[in-house]
Amino acid sequence: MSDPLFEFCCRMGDNTLVLGHRVSEWCGVAPVLEEDIALANTALDLIGQTQLWLGLAGEVEGKGRDADKLAFHRDVWDFRNVLLAEQPNGDFGQTMMRQFLFDSWHLMYLKALMSSSHEQVAAIAEKSVKEVTYHLERSTDTVIGLGDGTTESHERMQKALDRLYPFVGEMFIDDEVDAAMVEAGIAPDPSSLRAEYDAHLDTVLAEATLTKPEDDFAHKGGKTGVRHTEHLGHMLTQMQWLQRAYPDATW
Amino acid sequence: MSSPESSPYKDSEASPHEETRKTEWPLWEVFIRGQHGLSHRHVGSLHAPDAEMAIKNARDVYTRRNEGVSIWVVEAVHIAASSPEEKGSLYEPSNDKVYRHPTFFDIPDEVGAM
Repeated sequence: MSDPLFEFCCRMGDNTLVLGHRVSEWCGVAPVLEEDIALANTALDLIGQTQLWLGLAGEVEGKGRDADKLAFHRDVWDFRNVLLAEQPNGDFGQTMMRQFLFDSWHLMYLKALMSSSHEQVAAIAEKSVKEVTYHLERSTDTVIGLGDGTTESHERMQKALDRLYPFVGEMFIDDEVDAAMVEAGIAPDPSSLRAEYDAHLDTVLAEATLTKPEDDFAHKGGKTGVRHTEHLGHMLTQMQWLQRAYPDATW
Repeated sequence: MSSPESSPYKDSEASPHEETRKTEWPLWEVFIRGQHGLSHRHVGSLHAPDAEMAIKNARDVYTRRNEGVSIWVVEAVHIAASSPEEKGSLYEPSNDKVYRHPTFFDIPDEVGAM
């Protein structure tokens, strides 16, 4: 295993990179102009956070790779994002459900990282918390609005929840990288956040009149990079093609 | 988008609807108080399902560059406006009353540009 801190930074940065790119796919085609702009803003926030996380990852690694190099010149198996982040947009409801499930975890984790022993990690977390607080507010409102909306919107949101819930568990699985982070006082055990997450999820889903699937089965393999879903590779071919076709191209 | 997952709703937009779809959100007028401004200024309008979302949308559409410190939204239908036809009777009488404009004072040089 490479340096656990490098792995940790890649996990954080790949989450925001992959989800940010996914969300940016709505640019110009969202259902209404206001949502289009809001989604683009969210995507930009996430990409901004990516620059910080992957920038730090490059520093930690010390092999001269910067954020761009890490983002555009790694292959699928090098990515460390959770599987939830790479799931396709589907319809608008599925996108917002994915966002809500991710934001809820993201905010809790970032808040915990604000008291990290690692100064730069704590600083990135503090900056991100302000943005992600708003992301969560927005995605929560939308999930409630659509879940408790019309028959059709309710049905779509329930389908989205059923489709995405099996990807929630992975965000709370501890492994040796997490253990190393806990030992260094850099980050908390993901599993320690599960109870708070579940309580939050139950409150929002009740308000949205949605039913959480009973099966707690969790797909895994994203944050370790062992087994990504087929969707990530397709996404990377689009995201990376320019840097792959014209290496080191600049504006 | 390139992902190999087809949408089960692909053709749902084309399905017939019995009555007019009530999908259009109401229009909201947005007022923002800037960093140094004392009063809220009208900056534009947007669509939103309710007041809370209107404020969120206003935040995303109009305050991305740190323009504001406070947002007001009001549903456009609640704004009472003067009608353009009344322009004559409402405003023109003041045109020939130049003394209403403070243009007759000599401004001392020390004051500088006003």
